[in-house]
Amino acid sequence: MSHKAHIPIGPYHPLQEEPEFYKLVVDDEKVVDVDVRIGYNHRGIEKLSESKSYDQSIFLVERICGICSSSHPIACCQALEDISGIEVPERALYIRSICQELERLHSHMLWLGLAGHFIGYNTVFMWAWKYREPICDIMETVTGNRQNYAMHKVGGVRRDIEKEHVSYILKRLDEFTKHLTMLKGAVLDDPVLHERLKGVGILTKEDAIDYAAIGPVARASDVDIDVRRDHPYGVYDRVKWNVITQDAGDVFAKAVVRILEMFESVSIIRQCLDKMPAGPIDSNPKDIPPGEGIGQIEAPRGECFHYIKSDGTNSPVRHKVRAPTYMNFPTFRETVVGETISDATIILAAIDPCYCCTERMLIVDESDKNVMSVEELIRLSQEKTRKIKERFVIARPEGPKQSQV
Amino acid sequence: MTIDEFLNNISGRFGGNILNASKRSEKRAYIDIYPKDIREFVRYIFKDLAFRFNTASGVDDFDSLEILYHFSHDPSGITISLRAILNDKEGPHIDTITDITRSAWWIERELHELFGIEFDGNADLRPLLLPDDWPQGVYPLRKDFLPPKRDSRKD
Repeated sequence: MSHKAHIPIGPYHPLQEEPEFYKLVVDDEKVVDVDVRIGYNHRGIEKLSESKSYDQSIFLVERICGICSSSHPIACCQALEDISGIEVPERALYIRSICQELERLHSHMLWLGLAGHFIGYNTVFMWAWKYREPICDIMETVTGNRQNYAMHKVGGVRRDIEKEHVSYILKRLDEFTKHLTMLKGAVLDDPVLHERLKGVGILTKEDAIDYAAIGPVARASDVDIDVRRDHPYGVYDRVKWNVITQDAGDVFAKAVVRILEMFESVSIIRQCLDKMPAGPIDSNPKDIPPGEGIGQIEAPRGECFHYIKSDGTNSPVRHKVRAPTYMNFPTFRETVVGETISDATIILAAIDPCYCCTERMLIVDESDKNVMSVEELIRLSQEKTRKIKERFVIARPEGPKQSQV
Repeated sequence: MTIDEFLNNISGRFGGNILNASKRSEKRAYIDIYPKDIREFVRYIFKDLAFRFNTASGVDDFDSLEILYHFSHDPSGITISLRAILNDKEGPHIDTITDITRSAWWIERELHELFGIEFDGNADLRPLLLPDDWPQGVYPLRKDFLPPKRDSRKD
């Protein structure tokens, strides 16, 4: 006889990075329905922006998210530049693109670490977060900050990349690439990970298109889109790079896309440093005329979209921010349902959710007997990996000893 | 597809139902339409022309509310916005597009709670961002919204 249970997760829990509330309906081990409630972190940024000057708005959107604190300001600047037709100096475009790619590197490394933790590969977590350090150091060299860079402004950037910094940046990038190559091998050639992540949480191409999924989530489902190539901005049309796609649509494909994308990002940064012309970094615009504009950029998680309407005063009439997770998140209805409860955590984590948009209070019904904490969910997930690992060791008794990854 | 080809396409197909079509650049256009036609436009743009739905944004223009539906065509790099103006601010409503594309699921819920716009035919307009005990009829992104005064004694 089937036994359906409701499993509420959240909204606040020490193991969740951000507040969100999931409700999983499970039939024995199988997830049959899922819903999510966001909003616990809703700060009213769009409303707040209407009371700020344009210069302040850029600082404000920088604080939407600690990880995308280069993406939102650039999208916001591009929307304002779209309204006013301000030309951005060539050198500033190069610097913006370098910041964007550094951000992608550190964001994807963060994700890789968390994903490793969720399935019980804590070494991957340690490695990924450790090897992300050179990127944060480079960010500090380029912008002066490891996070919240305060780098971008309408018409240009605030800081130049000094000549003497270039060799340092290249040296640290070499260091990073060496570790990334090792990490790529450790993750992509591991038979246990293949077993654990392949065929799990599949998002079909049709669903990806219908849900308008973006970024690595779409690209892992064979939807060949990338704002950097399709709606060129910065200097992405002046450097050589590839859009990485996979056709499986499962969690493994999403990991492959992110890992391979990091190599492209490193290559873009190197080319930018090499080709960057000398010249001004700021066109010092004065006013924003009345009008409306759109800024679209490829953030690490997908397209970040800003719409601004101006009436010629110093603050926006309307400032709409659409973060990438907003489009990717609803796909959980297709990917989680039908999977086992031990896979729910990694499937939800695979879209690299960022709740930079959302949340508040919700009363969880404590009388529900089947309450499960995130800790338990992660434990279930790690348990599954351990079992697969054991099977592999038993299947190959004479083979090389399984490294404790 | 260039932006001119797109504008020719859409005016050839919908002609008199387009209030205004303005080309802002080689990559951008804004098309003003009657709210009642939204489904036909979205079906044509999303399904037939295979545009990607970016998002929708509401704007309070004091006398009226407008919704902009933004779409991008990635193979050609153009982005267009459909503008539907809702003149009845007391009971603004427009047809849902969630059955044409599920990508509008969350944004219709958001526009419903932040602007008070009803989406006819959408059965799932539960709050998305605001708390469950948010007062009825208070729409924070409307221009007449005043944030509640914080009572310092309670903090």
